[in-house]
Amino acid sequence: MEILLEPLEYEFFRHALLAALMIGALCGLIGVYVILRGMSYVGHGLSHAAFGGAVAGFFLNLNFYAGAGVMGLVAALLIDRITRSGKVKLDAAIGIVTTAMFAFGVAIISQARTSGLSFEAALFGNILGITHGDLVVIGSVTAVNIAAVILLYRPLLFSTFDNEAARVFGIRTGAVHLIFSLLLTLSVIASMNVVGVTMIAATLIAPAMTARMITDSFSRMLLYACLIGAVTGVAGMYLSYIFNVASGAAIVLFGALLFCLAGLAKLAQQKFALSVTLHRHGDLIHSHPHTEAHLESGKSAEDEGFGTPKPREPARKPL
Amino acid sequence: MSTRAISRLDPGDPGTKPAVSLTGVSAGYEHNVVFTRLSLDIHAGQFAGIVGPTGCGKTTLLKIILGTMPAFSGEVRVAGQAAATIRPGLVGYVPQLGSVDWSFPVTVEEVILMGLYTSGRVWPWPSREERRRVRDLAHRLGIHDCLRHHIVHTSGGQRQRAFLARALISNPRLVVLDEPTSGVDIKTQHEVLHLLGDINSEGITILLTTHDLNAVASHLPWVICFNNGIVAQGRPQDIFTADILTRTYGGDIVIVRHEGHFLIANNTPLRFKGDAQ
Ligand SMILES: Nc1ncnc2c1ncn2[C@@H]1O[C@H](COP(=O)(O)OP(=O)(O)OP(=O)(O)O)[C@@H](O)[C@H]1O
Ligand SMILES: [Mg+2]
Repeated sequence: MEILLEPLEYEFFRHALLAALMIGALCGLIGVYVILRGMSYVGHGLSHAAFGGAVAGFFLNLNFYAGAGVMGLVAALLIDRITRSGKVKLDAAIGIVTTAMFAFGVAIISQARTSGLSFEAALFGNILGITHGDLVVIGSVTAVNIAAVILLYRPLLFSTFDNEAARVFGIRTGAVHLIFSLLLTLSVIASMNVVGVTMIAATLIAPAMTARMITDSFSRMLLYACLIGAVTGVAGMYLSYIFNVASGAAIVLFGALLFCLAGLAKLAQQKFALSVTLHRHGDLIHSHPHTEAHLESGKSAEDEGFGTPKPREPARKPL
Repeated sequence: MSTRAISRLDPGDPGTKPAVSLTGVSAGYEHNVVFTRLSLDIHAGQFAGIVGPTGCGKTTLLKIILGTMPAFSGEVRVAGQAAATIRPGLVGYVPQLGSVDWSFPVTVEEVILMGLYTSGRVWPWPSREERRRVRDLAHRLGIHDCLRHHIVHTSGGQRQRAFLARALISNPRLVVLDEPTSGVDIKTQHEVLHLLGDINSEGITILLTTHDLNAVASHLPWVICFNNGIVAQGRPQDIFTADILTRTYGGDIVIVRHEGHFLIANNTPLRFKGDAQ
């Protein structure tokens, strides 16, 4: 308990914790759509483009968010424009657009290296120096995204599941996609300082993947991903403080750990289900869940259980 | 839904215009013109099937009718309206089930509800009325038992019905289905087509594509033989002739008639391994 309370004495840690909590929830929520729409690489790319913008903005004496925001939005719109014709594949468009913008930032930094500036925080995340201003930005972006996901729940879900059918049913899928791209861009920019450019993709994806493991329902997946993201953010922040590692890395590692645990739990559950339903018909040993129809036919799963095989039994009549 | 049969007699109703009307339509992809100057009318209340070989443009034709793909030229009207300005809910669509992402986290109920997603309600959760409509329709289609199931845990027939329910729940005038008979066994095929026949008898126009000529011959009143253009259209008993089918498919096709039933087959006699040649 002590170890959890002690860092709270520092204002910088309280700021960092609050930021990580909001960003975790935000990325978890948006990440559900990111993985289901196949846009993981878009998130990754946008953060790199925003980095280029942030660096350029810094040397133009602009606000961090202004530079990153402008470049991020330009990248999102450019990618949308290039892929709309259908001639260029999405991953190729992202590769060229966002890497070029990232390279632009890198070029500026390497030119000005002598100035002694470090962009390590933007690359890997930093828990020091999260200001009130940062918290306001992160809080507003989180609020806007949550509101948008609630108000656009229906068109977003339909177009994510089946874009063509959504169009036939009258959903303006082009507009929905554009709005979602903007929401993603905002989320990425808000998260940059805390998790770092290189870690954003995993921060988006991991909670959603973990949530997918534990539910089959879309609305639950949204809720779980949000909660898992928030927990991951908070836990990652503590780990970052305790072990003195970059916050982005700590958050991503903790997210990956949760994902592995969910995976193992699922595997164990399947193994268990298998051992319950494993049975034999004559020489054939196999497994399938026993439906009510099976049970009504007079045999319970147990008396055929693999643990007590009968040497021979008449073939089951076909269902 | 039973009240809908009457409304098509109303002369001011869009239902009395051709459900689908194409005039001089050319369409295709960038380096691939699929059909040119196609004209086709499908009457309101029709139950029509499009048949033709793989790659002949059936899906392309449906996309043009549904307005998800622009035509190069020509005029496309659905229920008297230009395809782009169609009122949401007027056309129901059942995609080819092979194109559905079965690992997507949705239940059968959530899939059916999507059919109401353009009805104007904003809140994510369904209203009581929406829930009731889903339940009633699911009962009618015999899938009320699996409403809570994840889509991957359903049979081929249930999947087809779930997507059909999504298409029907907004009370459309036209339902378009891409290959509803693919990937299910003969009995389910029969059930699906029978169900579509019932729905059609309530006045809903139905247009589908299929590869199953025998199912078409026994269930559909109207067939369009398609191969980069219309080869022939009419009642199956009139147009399923060896000549027309050979022109449609380009193969050698024979038609066996037996006690009022058709059997359409490729003219390569069935041989079993081990039979004497
Ligand atoms: N997205 C696309 N881009 C380019 N060409 C395409 C595209 N989709 C289909 N085609 C081509 O257009 C032609 C018609 O295809 P279409 O899908 O309409 O055929 P189909 O009759 O539906 O075939 P099937 O019975 O196999 O479903 C084919 O030659 C196909 O290769
Ligand atoms: Mg097709």
